[in-house]
Amino acid sequence: MNNESVTENKSLLSRTSVGFWLYLMTDCLLFATLFATFAVLRDATAGGPAGRDIYEMPLVLAETLILLTSSFTCGLALIGLATKNKRQVLYGLLATFVLGAAFLFIEVSEFVKLIGEGHGPQASAFLSAFFALVGMHGLHVFVGLLWLSVLALTIWRRGITDKLTRQLTLFGLFWHFLDLIWIFVFTVVYLMGIVK
Amino acid sequence: MMQKYITGFALSLALTLVAYFLVINNETHPWMLVVLGVLAATQLAVQLLYFLHLDDEVGPRLKQLSFWFMALILLIIVVGSIWIMNNLNERMMHFSPTEKNQYMLTEYDKGF
Repeated sequence: MNNESVTENKSLLSRTSVGFWLYLMTDCLLFATLFATFAVLRDATAGGPAGRDIYEMPLVLAETLILLTSSFTCGLALIGLATKNKRQVLYGLLATFVLGAAFLFIEVSEFVKLIGEGHGPQASAFLSAFFALVGMHGLHVFVGLLWLSVLALTIWRRGITDKLTRQLTLFGLFWHFLDLIWIFVFTVVYLMGIVK
Repeated sequence: MMQKYITGFALSLALTLVAYFLVINNETHPWMLVVLGVLAATQLAVQLLYFLHLDDEVGPRLKQLSFWFMALILLIIVVGSIWIMNNLNERMMHFSPTEKNQYMLTEYDKGF
């Protein structure tokens, strides 16, 4: 590849990443409205359970550590991208996928358990807000996993091209962003929820 | 690059564990909400710098500009909602649920 096309790819990447960044900012505002709703409704338990009665804190800590580690392994894949190291990219993405799927598995099994105990989203305004906020984050993680597997399969088959480099960089932004949102879900919903 | 990710990862891990064990061991401390807020804000800064690389942007700083604008709107939505709804709750506090219902019905009959 000559110097000119390297520069061209870089400027294309910086332009597309600004566009994707703008999407992330609007997504932040989506989460902001859900956080505001949750903050307003957190005590509206309608005689049902409050947060501290239903949260399984050790599992929530596990979820947080898993997602944080997956953000790190995603970073490792991105570093492999910079050095055109296909093995490192693929192993990094595989680790990210496994950790992301483990996170989602814990979250969904918690949801299933809560709904089974009659604490579904229809039980109180607090639970509606809880399921909407945590579920919206989980939905983002699910979409992220789909995107990740398509990218990993394409890189495995075609190698690291300019186009895939750009796409994977955007995915990296998305995944780090989801981890950041989770830090606030962890703090506002769970940690602040058990403070008396 | 690698060094940066490891530093960010270690800092985030430490901040998460500190927040978690502080809450688990002092659930009733009056300053706990403030402490948790500060820890979360610190981790926000760490991840923005070490994972999302918000600081090494060159040229026109569109990412930083849009981030701060988003932060402004976010604060208006979140702080505004909490403020207004708590204020409303407080004003309705001295009513019992039945009285509240009655009050809203009479206000509604007056028309807007």
